[in-house]
Amino acid sequence: MNDEFPRRREHFPVGLAHLGLETVEREIPADEPPALGPNAGLRQIGKNAPRWDARAKVTGAARYTVDVSLPGMLHAAVLRSPWPHARLRSIDLSRAAAAPGVHAALTVAEPPVSGKPIVLRYVGQPVAAVAAETPALAQAALQLIDVRYEPLPFVTDPDRAKQADAPAVYRKPELDKVPSAGLPASAAVYPLSGNVLGPESRNSRGDVATGFAEAAVVVDGTYRTQVQTHCCMEPHAIVASWHEDGLDVWMSTQFTAGVRVQLARHFGLPLSRVRVQVQAMGGGFGSKSQMGVYGRTAVSLSRLAGAPVRLVYRRDEEHMDSGNRPSSEQHLRIGARSDGTLTAISLHSHGSAGIAFGAAPGGIASALYPCPNMESLHYDVFTNAGPSCAMRGPGNTQGAFALEQSIDELAEKLALDPIVLRDRIDPSPVHREERRMGAERIGWSQRRAPASDPGPLKRGVGMAQSLWPANVQINTACEVRLWRDGSVEVLSSVQDIGTGVGTVLAQVVAEELGLEPAAIRVRIGDTEFPSGPPSYGSRTTASITPPARTAAWRVKEAFFRTIASAWQVDAHTLIVQDGSIQVRNDPQRRISWQEAAAALRTDRISATAGRADDYAGFRYRSGDAAMALNDLGGAQFAEVEVDTESGVIRVLRVVAVHDCGRPINPRQIESQVQGGVLMGISYALMEERILDSHTGWMLNPNFVDYKVLGPQDAPEIDVVLLENYQGFSASDAYGISEPANIATAAAIANAVYNAIGVRIRSLPMTPAAVLQALGLVPGGRH
Amino acid sequence: MEPFAWQPAASPSEAASIATHTTAEAMLTLTGRPDTQQAMLIKAGGVDLLDLMKEGLVNPGRLIDISRLPDLDGISGEPDGGVRIGALATLARIAAHPALQQSHAALSQAAALAASPQIRNRATLGGNLLQRPRCWYFRSAAHHCLRKGGAHCFAFPGDNRYHAVFANQGCAIVHASTPATALAAYRAEVELADSAGHRRRVPLADFFVLPQADMHRENTLARGELLTAVWLPPQKPDCRAQYLQIGERAAFDWPLAAVAAVLDMDGTGHCRQASIVLGAAAPVPWRARQAEALLAGARIDSATAAAAGEAALAGATPLSQNAYKLPLLAALVRRAVLSAAAIDTVLPANPGAP
Repeated sequence: MNDEFPRRREHFPVGLAHLGLETVEREIPADEPPALGPNAGLRQIGKNAPRWDARAKVTGAARYTVDVSLPGMLHAAVLRSPWPHARLRSIDLSRAAAAPGVHAALTVAEPPVSGKPIVLRYVGQPVAAVAAETPALAQAALQLIDVRYEPLPFVTDPDRAKQADAPAVYRKPELDKVPSAGLPASAAVYPLSGNVLGPESRNSRGDVATGFAEAAVVVDGTYRTQVQTHCCMEPHAIVASWHEDGLDVWMSTQFTAGVRVQLARHFGLPLSRVRVQVQAMGGGFGSKSQMGVYGRTAVSLSRLAGAPVRLVYRRDEEHMDSGNRPSSEQHLRIGARSDGTLTAISLHSHGSAGIAFGAAPGGIASALYPCPNMESLHYDVFTNAGPSCAMRGPGNTQGAFALEQSIDELAEKLALDPIVLRDRIDPSPVHREERRMGAERIGWSQRRAPASDPGPLKRGVGMAQSLWPANVQINTACEVRLWRDGSVEVLSSVQDIGTGVGTVLAQVVAEELGLEPAAIRVRIGDTEFPSGPPSYGSRTTASITPPARTAAWRVKEAFFRTIASAWQVDAHTLIVQDGSIQVRNDPQRRISWQEAAAALRTDRISATAGRADDYAGFRYRSGDAAMALNDLGGAQFAEVEVDTESGVIRVLRVVAVHDCGRPINPRQIESQVQGGVLMGISYALMEERILDSHTGWMLNPNFVDYKVLGPQDAPEIDVVLLENYQGFSASDAYGISEPANIATAAAIANAVYNAIGVRIRSLPMTPAAVLQALGLVPGGRH
Repeated sequence: MEPFAWQPAASPSEAASIATHTTAEAMLTLTGRPDTQQAMLIKAGGVDLLDLMKEGLVNPGRLIDISRLPDLDGISGEPDGGVRIGALATLARIAAHPALQQSHAALSQAAALAASPQIRNRATLGGNLLQRPRCWYFRSAAHHCLRKGGAHCFAFPGDNRYHAVFANQGCAIVHASTPATALAAYRAEVELADSAGHRRRVPLADFFVLPQADMHRENTLARGELLTAVWLPPQKPDCRAQYLQIGERAAFDWPLAAVAAVLDMDGTGHCRQASIVLGAAAPVPWRARQAEALLAGARIDSATAAAAGEAALAGATPLSQNAYKLPLLAALVRRAVLSAAAIDTVLPANPGAP
């Protein structure tokens, strides 16, 4: 080890708390806090502190981006392409710019290759934008933009787009500009044939031909998943104020710090002159992670107008043009020996992210069950549809639907219980325990053979597993301040998008300082504070809680040194408890927190800590992002009732067993899991973006025809949370959002199979789809 | 939405005399863009009209608000045993009305399953019957369809999963009203008033029109007329009824298929006369005459109910994506008949509103 970075040894609890813990010794940086004991011995961490912003939210005091109103603020409106594919012949903004109340107008669309004409590739693509004194004036000004389109042939259906004679969405030289819905690679490195890009071969290994030759049993199925839109309750929204000192932005965003970097780069401003803020936020599932076209548009309009500009999407704009989960068509083959040992997995997939690429169905098929021979070939299919972007469990949610149904099918062919097969092929002890606990809760032992109910209403039980990397943002910092009156603040640009990270920060700091969470002032969602992590990739808690605890510990150490020096004792003998500081084993040497703070030399002391590497190292690291050694799991069990005459699937009950390292606030985690399950049921049964193949328009860009589940569709959800200690960081906490969503649709599909004895391999499983699968629809079974 | 003026009406006849167009007339355009015209339209609960205005499908200059007119929301029993329901009675009141639950259970059930609690509290029966179709092409300002005065039906070559399986030539809308299915099964009549205060009663079956008769409207309401009430004829003491629907979600969803069954039972398990009406199946509430004929005089059991379900499909002409509605309708008819006759009460797994 490098002597410049002194280290020390600490003993950490490891294992699943309810099965008994062991201890592991790790060498950690000397400026990291001591090992934290299990939750059972802690006062704040692992307890259900009330949400820090609950009162503001229920009283309406919480300020969302849509509530931000600045003096002189203008309102933006966006002109969108009515054509799914068109060349922009000409555009004249002069009449719109001169209209009463209009302060700025600009063209938003950019040419695919500089110097070439602008090409629009989907209905709803932004063309131009105006800023005016009222929303109505802005809307009216859009009508005054003189724009001429030359419509081009188009294709919205991925099956049609794959055909050789389909209209081309892109030409090869244009691939550099294709937006990415997945990994930030360039589309230009892959071959393009018609609208089909690829293949991308990730995770391939061994030789599948050999593997299938060794197999006693092979399952083979084609699975299809639909396009799902994000449906954030708060639409994409930004208020941008360009002024002589720089740029101030209020934005409904999952990543204040990242958006600041993008804005600074795009507009040529120093980071020090760009400030991004978000207070309350009405949800984000991946689509609010970037500056975005809407962000760029609002800032450009503000610069042009010399006034603050507010841009808030309507619901139809949300559905058409704020990103979505790509579709998939997955051809999955799995081979196994007669004892269940996997010998080969072959996944050939096509997916459409519209005009974007990166629609691969994730790495779950290659990573959940070890298999020596894996072939994974993915093709992106371009269509004239709004671009996809990352959405809660991107890739793996689609992938789990195929993989976990195939594993169940394999179990049936091997005459094994699905859990017994998974016990054989899944080496993770955490997963095994999750399956065991979930099976017990759902009453797995009572599970019957497929289609056991004699009547038209048939019940079934099924399960599926999640897998998601335990992501960490290394570029994460947090500050803790102690003021002379004893009050404490925790500061970071991290944003609370509704998941409760503010509560978690207060708990972690309160634990370290021997205070109550309510005593900690949480100041987040502002890039004036140390840069926090993004709220995506299930990485927020894993990234921000270790530096929060470390910063609190360092402040405490500094504070103790001042007391110790006054008392002439060793600082290490001081402890804090219930708001008092005392010498360990000497209750006479005791002073209240406030009195001690009053003796500080300065108004406040402060420490800022960054995210240290995981103590046992990372398994992957790239730029600011890393992955912990162990993935996040989760097993979900569903009980369904299928009405075989109407095709209606009712989900009666879901048991969701999850691990996220050390739980900080179990109630908030349960709430996240419930949200993930509800989103998964909605994805499984009803949500679908529907485009008209003749006009390219979305037919259901609202909440009437785009169906999201409602309260009466919501089952009882039983969340079981493991305490999984690994001794990886100062908090040892990891994420939960995405694992909670990944397995749900697959668990429901497996339960439906158990109910009716027919496997449904495409989403959503609507009444029409179920009747079709049952062979009840005239015209035959498809 | 464009700016508009707001005028409370003093009386039904005043409202009828001020209104310059029906909503259907005001939506008719040759250009595909509704004129920003001086149309004055009658508004009751405003649930559908404001939706249409927000979507840019109609731009009235003035709304004549009748929602606060007195005496238009009563639900009253008539001397002959019939019931008169004022046009402004909300769906929530109809659903919760104890006497109606007894006398016309299928109507209460249908009203309870329409839309969402918030909408049922606001939506009036009159407005519900007069709402415009839910066809997503009709509801999209980008699609200038036949019903709005355009030259194309987009549903035939396009996505017609929610469209009609009966009488769907030319235009394949389904009637949007959930209560209308039950009202049609009870052979209800609508009461229309003109600006002079004259009132006339029209059987629902004559009030609703098929696209073949008029592509541009769903009913015969004339300009200068107001729908003031719905009349339900008296029910024979042995009449039993059941309304059932299936949706893609349990609430706040237009049904994929619905049925109202009213059976006049003779006390020995036989049905004297049956009224079977299908919802979400045709541009109007669709009377399944062959099913009715099959049930009349028959002993009601599983076999006859199933046969009625099959008979209800007679004449169906499903489109490219909605053939699934046929097994759905057959199952619902069978279940509704058995449930009305109190033989079997297997109800859909999608129970809808409480």
